[in-house]
Amino acid sequence: MARRTKKTLEFKDVGTGSGPLLVVDDLHTAFRTGRGTVRAVDGVSFEVEEGKTLGIVGESGSGKTVLSRSIMGLLPPRDVVRSGTVHFGGHELTAMDESQLREVWGAELSMIFQDPMTALNPVKRIGVQIAESLALHMGMDKKESRSTAVELLRSVGIPSPEERVRWYPFQLSGGMRQRVMIAIALACAPRLVLADEPTTGLDVTVQAQILDLLADLQRERHMAVILVTHDLGVVATRADDIIVMYAGKIVERAPTRTLFNDTKMPYTRALMDSIPRLSDPSGARLDAIAGRPPDLVNPPTGCRFAPRCQYAQDKCRQSEPPLRTVGSPDHLFACWYPLVDGVSTAPAVAVTVGPTNNPTAGSPSAAAPSTGENDG
Amino acid sequence: MSNAPTVTDPDTANADEIVLDVRNLVVEFKSGRQRVQAVSGVTFQVRRGETLGLVGESGCGKSTTGRTLVQVQPATSGAIDYQGQDLTLLKGRKLRQMRTKIQMIFQDPISSLNPRRRIKDIVAEPLVIWRKGTKEERTAKVREMLEAVGIDPDAAGDRRPGEFSGGQCQRISIARALMAEPDLLICDEPVSALDVSVQAQILNLLADLKAKFQLTMVFIAHDLAVVKNVSDRVAVMYLGKLVEVAGSDDLYREAAHPYTEALLASIPEPDPDHISDHKALTGELPSPLNPPSGCRFRTRCPYAQDRCASEEPLLRELAPGHQVACHFPVGPLASGSASV
Repeated sequence: MARRTKKTLEFKDVGTGSGPLLVVDDLHTAFRTGRGTVRAVDGVSFEVEEGKTLGIVGESGSGKTVLSRSIMGLLPPRDVVRSGTVHFGGHELTAMDESQLREVWGAELSMIFQDPMTALNPVKRIGVQIAESLALHMGMDKKESRSTAVELLRSVGIPSPEERVRWYPFQLSGGMRQRVMIAIALACAPRLVLADEPTTGLDVTVQAQILDLLADLQRERHMAVILVTHDLGVVATRADDIIVMYAGKIVERAPTRTLFNDTKMPYTRALMDSIPRLSDPSGARLDAIAGRPPDLVNPPTGCRFAPRCQYAQDKCRQSEPPLRTVGSPDHLFACWYPLVDGVSTAPAVAVTVGPTNNPTAGSPSAAAPSTGENDG
Repeated sequence: MSNAPTVTDPDTANADEIVLDVRNLVVEFKSGRQRVQAVSGVTFQVRRGETLGLVGESGCGKSTTGRTLVQVQPATSGAIDYQGQDLTLLKGRKLRQMRTKIQMIFQDPISSLNPRRRIKDIVAEPLVIWRKGTKEERTAKVREMLEAVGIDPDAAGDRRPGEFSGGQCQRISIARALMAEPDLLICDEPVSALDVSVQAQILNLLADLKAKFQLTMVFIAHDLAVVKNVSDRVAVMYLGKLVEVAGSDDLYREAAHPYTEALLASIPEPDPDHISDHKALTGELPSPLNPPSGCRFRTRCPYAQDRCASEEPLLRELAPGHQVACHFPVGPLASGSASV
């Protein structure tokens, strides 16, 4: 399926050399609203290597979705202030206009959206929707694109694809629709797929299927994937590296295993602890993060997580911690008092352990070992 | 409390008292000219003060079961005894009165609140409908309840649902559900639309409120990790039938039904070293219009045998308090009990 006859942007030639596939440098995206400027993405830089998986994790309002849309160039035309650069396969996406981006979208860089029901066209047969990009980017004729669409449906695990290709989205279940979305996204063999909460809203059983499918196809096709999610559990076994975002900024970035085993940023730790684990006894109180992410019109000074951080000191509230490393150069974090072996290095910690946490069920959350005891 | 010896008095109640006794519940819907069974003969009990988790994939009938418990959806056959009264036989005012004791929380918190009304009016509604208390008393109760769910009544009371996040809206719906002072709370996927961080807050809140207001709960969700966290016992549902019922820790340790095993395996654990032995379930839920013969799970079951197609496995007790509907159960309880 590596035929590409019509459109030519010559990505393959530029990108196959050394260097990362995607380089995001100091990206800022802000929206002008009636209440003021919302800085949804506030100075984000990272890279994705060819064939790798990057997980981007954060709560609602952390800017993760705006970040993925900013990379794609899918932003509303008005009232948006964007700065910074996005280099993809040697091209500067932020400098391209929409007609240029259209040649990249689907062909080299594609996106899987959270809600397949609204992302798919409800009045077009799914086969037609898949064939669309094949015709556009790969110059296939009707017959060829139809048979390729059937093959794609088969490859994403849709049973009897010859028949289903004529179905409409409403005839499919949520999981099947998401498979169709994946088929569309992968139709032209892109080099990078941005999956924005691809399994949120699906059953856990279907979620496992969809994530496995994505991983298999990624391996087969040597694509890079950015997996955006609010659930660290989703990326724990699937991402090579993980970025944790909070209030528009990266607060921690590390190779997956390092992130889980040597968590530096209390926010990352808190996100992990808020997930109910099967290995915990039933009725175990969860270590919820109190409060909500800040309003990005007027974010707090200093560390943006400080108002919700159980270890916050005066310094945290006054000056913003830079994204820095200690030891390993791949492990970046933005915290003045990073955790060491799960224990904060902030001065007053020994006295107050988890003020908002449970008074009833003992064990302080922060000291919990990072690897759960799964008898899996 | 002895001066008010009502049936709901928790002091006089036996801890093992069965509050809700569902027997052979069947719910059918019309689908064109056919009839489709969403719930096909479900039997379970809920004891006072316990939380029963009801878990299964979309389309398994768990939400329909929940809706039938509050009689928003009529039952086709079967009985739902709530404190000795069969809810399926109640009508009109009697039913409405009984419903105040059984309240429901829905999955989508934002759409379950009227967007045009103010929070304080939304929360006061149950009292207004039942003409309970004076205006001042209602206001006081609204304040108390909003505070109980962690919403600042002064800041929030005059605002409308659109100004709140999903988690806050869910808190508000919980406050509304508790205004009528229910005994039984049916939670239908209350956290599945929420971020994990907010999910933890709401789950903790439900646990607190359950203790504070002495509630009995039925907690419906598709995520077994969430269900396990909140429930004392868990009932696993597949295509309209219960396939396994057990104490929640037992269910995790000794899952006996292959479907439960698959559900457990599909939960993403936040641990990169988690060795996923999961056999991702293949295929999807078969159509309830034409359910498989015998065991309904056999079409997706890795252990299915001929017998599974010919003979329907009945729910039987494998260990005290642990029921399973499978001819060939798996896990620690399986040894010696296979092929009964």
